[in-house]
Amino acid sequence: MSDKFTVEIISPDQTILKQDTNEVIIPSFEGQMGILYNHIPLITFLRPGIITIKTEGEKKYYVEEGTVEFSNNSLLILTSTARDLADLDKNKIIELLQKAEANLNTQTSDKEKYVASYKFETLKEISQ
Amino acid sequence: MPSLDDLKKRIKSVKSTQKITKAMKMVAAAKLRKAQESAEKGRPYSQKMQNIILNLTKSINDPLNAPKLLVGTGEDKKYLCVVLTADRGLCGGFNSNICKLAKTNFKKILGDGKELNIITVGSKGHDQIKREYGKYVTKKFSFKDKKNISFREADEVGKEIISLFNQNKFDKCIIFYNNFKNVITQIPQAQQIIPAETKNLKEGNDENFSYEFEPDEDEILEDLLPKNISTQVFKALLENAASEQGSRMTAMDNATRNAGDLVDKLTIDYNRSRQASITKELIEIISGAESL
Repeated sequence: MSDKFTVEIISPDQTILKQDTNEVIIPSFEGQMGILYNHIPLITFLRPGIITIKTEGEKKYYVEEGTVEFSNNSLLILTSTARDLADLDKNKIIELLQKAEANLNTQTSDKEKYVASYKFETLKEISQ
Repeated sequence: MPSLDDLKKRIKSVKSTQKITKAMKMVAAAKLRKAQESAEKGRPYSQKMQNIILNLTKSINDPLNAPKLLVGTGEDKKYLCVVLTADRGLCGGFNSNICKLAKTNFKKILGDGKELNIITVGSKGHDQIKREYGKYVTKKFSFKDKKNISFREADEVGKEIISLFNQNKFDKCIIFYNNFKNVITQIPQAQQIIPAETKNLKEGNDENFSYEFEPDEDEILEDLLPKNISTQVFKALLENAASEQGSRMTAMDNATRNAGDLVDKLTIDYNRSRQASITKELIEIISGAESL
């Protein structure tokens, strides 16, 4: 587990994180995905969920959407919604949760429903 | 020769103008720092996004079936130009530079017998462009009441561009904005966003990745391409915001200096004519006394 790769989380207005890491777990659109050193080049996008970055400790980020690219042992996560879980306070989560719940049944297409339900589930999980 | 009173009034008015320009310069300097910071912080995102798109373009084997947003409609008849300017004036050549570049392009497009549509962002640019090209302007945006430009505004413009594209209103889309190089240099730029420009492949152009796509290529492109349009617009807006403040700061600095020069000149004139009138009075008194 000594082989490290770089992970970058970039939002339109700033670089949120840039560091070396051993393993990253991302909520890719079709399910959780673990990424290790020397993963093959990959492009995917995210559904609402939690990004876990495992180095010595663990860092967790809540995201709603985003694009992920992995090439040459650098992982790039482009998202406008990443939030450090440690910074997210309880009231905000509950507020988001209520909004997500209200949104659950207003979606029409299958894809939107899918995204909305994951958003709700994730928020529910972290609010506990 | 203006009278003493007139000169005094002029000196006073120039001085108060100087105060205003000085204040505007300071405000611009403070805003500049913030705008510059966000422009610089925003650069990685749009650059990386562009890189992904470029890598994707290279990996496409079948250009005929590729999404139109990426490779274009294959035609070259209709153009959409998006001109991004400021909402406020008094910033030197900032707005005019963009408009000048845009107008030379308009002329070329129309000269080649192609169709032209214009979207303006920012009221100053709209004013300058509608004089000559008013009938081509299809839509105008103005974010005057927004203090800080956020991604949402860019998204608004991006969505408009995409919806026009889906209605087959244009084949190529070019955006015009000022690139912020440093405080005194801003370079007006034309960037083609649809189809994605593949000329400037700088980084990583030797490597040819074959990406693994999940879920699949089409779906990713469908998601990514509209996002890329908004991102490029957002980048342009940020660069513009920083350029505007930089340009205003330089312009106001010059104005303050000019006002200072003018005050000096007027003060000399004032003193000279004051001295002249004193001398004249003295001569009158002396010659009056002599005649007695």
